[in-house]
Amino acid sequence: MTLTEHPVRGPVGSRRPRGAPRRGGGVPIALLLPALLGLAFLTLPLIGLLARTPWSTLPQRLAEPGVLAALRLSLLTATLATLLCLLLGVPLAWLLARVEFPGRRLVRALVTVPLVLPPVVGGVALLLVFGRRGLIGGWLDQTFGITLPFTTTGVVFAEAFVAMPFLVIAVEGALRGADRRYEEAAATLGAGRWTTFTHVTVPLVGPGLAAGAVLCWARALGEFGATITFAGNYPGRTQTMPLAVYLALETDVEAAIVLSLILLVVSVVILAGLRDRWISTP
Amino acid sequence: MRPRTAVLAGAVALVLAGCGTPGGEAADGDVTGTVTVFAAASLTATFDRIGRDFEAAHPGSTVVFNFAGSSALATQITAGAPADVFASAAPQHLEAVTTADGTPAVFVRNQLVIAVAAGNPEGVRSLNDLARPGLKVALCAEQVPCGAAARGALDAAGVALTPVTLEADVRGALAKVRLGEVDAALVYRTDTRAATPDVAAVEFPESAQAINDYPIAVLADAPNPTAAHAFVAHVRSTQSRAVLTEAGFQAP
Amino acid sequence: MTGCLLDARLAVERGDFRLDVPLRVAAGEVVALLGPNGAGKTTALRALAGLQPLTAGHLTVAGSDLDRPDRRTFVPAEHRSVGVVFQDYLLFPHLNVLDNVAFGPRRHGANRRTARRSAGDWLARVGMVAHARRRPGQLSGGQAQRVALARALAVRPAVLLLDEPLAALDARTRLDTRAELHRHLAAHSGATVLVTHDPLDALVLADRLVIVEEGRVVQEGDAATVTARPRTDYVAQLVGLNLHRGRAENNHIRVADGLLLTVPERLDGDAFVAFRPSAVALHDGQPAGSPPNTWPATVAGVQRHGDNLRVQLDGPVQVAADVPPATAATLRLIPGQRVWAAVEVTETHAYPAG
Repeated sequence: MTLTEHPVRGPVGSRRPRGAPRRGGGVPIALLLPALLGLAFLTLPLIGLLARTPWSTLPQRLAEPGVLAALRLSLLTATLATLLCLLLGVPLAWLLARVEFPGRRLVRALVTVPLVLPPVVGGVALLLVFGRRGLIGGWLDQTFGITLPFTTTGVVFAEAFVAMPFLVIAVEGALRGADRRYEEAAATLGAGRWTTFTHVTVPLVGPGLAAGAVLCWARALGEFGATITFAGNYPGRTQTMPLAVYLALETDVEAAIVLSLILLVVSVVILAGLRDRWISTP
Repeated sequence: MRPRTAVLAGAVALVLAGCGTPGGEAADGDVTGTVTVFAAASLTATFDRIGRDFEAAHPGSTVVFNFAGSSALATQITAGAPADVFASAAPQHLEAVTTADGTPAVFVRNQLVIAVAAGNPEGVRSLNDLARPGLKVALCAEQVPCGAAARGALDAAGVALTPVTLEADVRGALAKVRLGEVDAALVYRTDTRAATPDVAAVEFPESAQAINDYPIAVLADAPNPTAAHAFVAHVRSTQSRAVLTEAGFQAP
Repeated sequence: MTGCLLDARLAVERGDFRLDVPLRVAAGEVVALLGPNGAGKTTALRALAGLQPLTAGHLTVAGSDLDRPDRRTFVPAEHRSVGVVFQDYLLFPHLNVLDNVAFGPRRHGANRRTARRSAGDWLARVGMVAHARRRPGQLSGGQAQRVALARALAVRPAVLLLDEPLAALDARTRLDTRAELHRHLAAHSGATVLVTHDPLDALVLADRLVIVEEGRVVQEGDAATVTARPRTDYVAQLVGLNLHRGRAENNHIRVADGLLLTVPERLDGDAFVAFRPSAVALHDGQPAGSPPNTWPATVAGVQRHGDNLRVQLDGPVQVAADVPPATAATLRLIPGQRVWAAVEVTETHAYPAG
């Protein structure tokens, strides 16, 4: 009798060479059909935009100074908002994932409030806190002469408010999924909690962190309601692309389509670029 | 909710009976069914009441409203939304859709005022005052009717001012006055009327240069044209005019 | 006791589980905590590392208290002079081999260059310098184990802790790695505590064995003592002996109703008697002349054991017997078969249980 080193399981007839492709049609139709429908549902509006794009006048429209200003402002504020969210949201996610404290469930629910709150209401709420007569804004104004509404900083605040839950939820999930024993290993090597956090925990949850940051950035880029309510609309200062699109819709649908298209192309290019970078690192 | 509406409708009917036959729309028997009215957001409060009056005068009819920005409504109608009547806050939006009976009729006009916080703490008296340094002013963006009107008034007065924000609609501008984020905003008189007592209105002569006409029309594809015509007639009746004037609108 | 680098009574109470293990380890000594799964070995190790606070007892290393619940003293893991090799090594996946090993020295204040140089030295010692730029995911089990050892030693710990250091390796790698690990442990000047459930690891790597069962120490001593005189079924099984407890009177021990074993030693009171499975002979009938130490038994099971067959016997006592395959064939050893078992007096070994 010979003993095989790797016992073969199952009937002999079902053996196939390792690495050989499975037989075709492995995806069940019950999954494939809704998947394709879902894809169509998500991409058809995009096709609708493309179909209505006034290609002949596109160059002139792109060259309009207001367009570039709004695009630059959008990219700048969405990026700053994402940085702000990382600065505050990652520690918050860590707290929610790693520290037992009374009322943690409540805090977790509160974090998601901006997700369910209509953004316009969020903007009003921000005004009530950071506005000229607001709880904190009044003090800021009188003490330091700092006002947030109608400023670019205000745009960043509004965007961060609505986008932060995406980051916190993604990072908290990643932290819960991460193997905590690596942190213990770091501790036995002499790393304190902060060093462990920065040198071990954060790199370990890197993919989740990146996904959260991307979601956060994308949400900030498309933000409209809270921004126009809290920061108003002024070209070059607080008029981001979504605001420009909304106003263009009032008079010139084609202009609105062009603006939407620019926002779309730029964000897709940036996200695809970043994604390639992340995937290439093991 | 339902019983209360019925009682209210009954009361209105009684009042109507006391006044005699309302003008313009004689009791034509076949006004029944649903009338779908797309109306500018600034007409919300007045049209709600006018709609109830209409239903009381025409038992068996129901008025359904869709209130939104005039341009959004025009886009919806062009895209095939089943509307009978379109009441717009500016003529150009009605021009964008196909109407049934030729020229739409202007049924009210709205005039700009300076909205300030109650008691007018900054002492704003004229358009010139808005250019005062340190004074925060909200205007509507020029793409929307109130913004175009404001631009016209400021140009007429020769006033150059830098607002802190160009709001996407009149409610946004008014909300910022209410919350104290700006000291003044150029909005419609009807809006300040609705926001009393938080907001006070300061009238200014140049507003005559920037008056907004509100046209109304039956749409070409109206599913219920008879009722639609009856509704337009009702809006233009003396009874409805009183409702509109009370809200701050002016007769055309 | 003086001369002990590590002096502890590791007491942890957690729900139903209670651990209470006294432990003393001298500098240069390697002690193995040996026990079945769930005995509390890993909890003891975590308590030593500072990853699990004691609920009672004490832990002193080189004269300073690291954990003393009664004095509210607790030194967290990062401030203890310990190095840990974890069961599945836990090399940081985002750092290459060199930076994994340099991680400890960096945290202990070395600058990047010094830390890397020191890491390189340790990698050279474990023969991994050629793999310094690799990521942990690209290493084999044996290589990862060596890197983990280098990483633990690179902080020059007073106490080196190893949790099942060879459990994750396949049988072949294990053999090589065990010998190599022995070399490194012998070279370590501090105290070494090794947790394992594999007696071979313990016997090869450790100077002294501490057997833990259900949170308590059941036996302690050097390899020779423990293998010769097991005191629990678990230890007897580990070292491959039949072990029975009974009342001794002169050179007789009553281990069960109706079974009196004769032993070479003269003893009184509670005693253990141990004998090898290969010392048990099987017969199809009662041996002629009724020699001592024979009893009727039933075959409960038969397994291959090296070149022989191991026969599990039921009867007055449960006993394992190793017989050559030829005997098994003659006796038709199938479960349920009735046989007679016999053990020579000189093959037994008795010692007090007290």
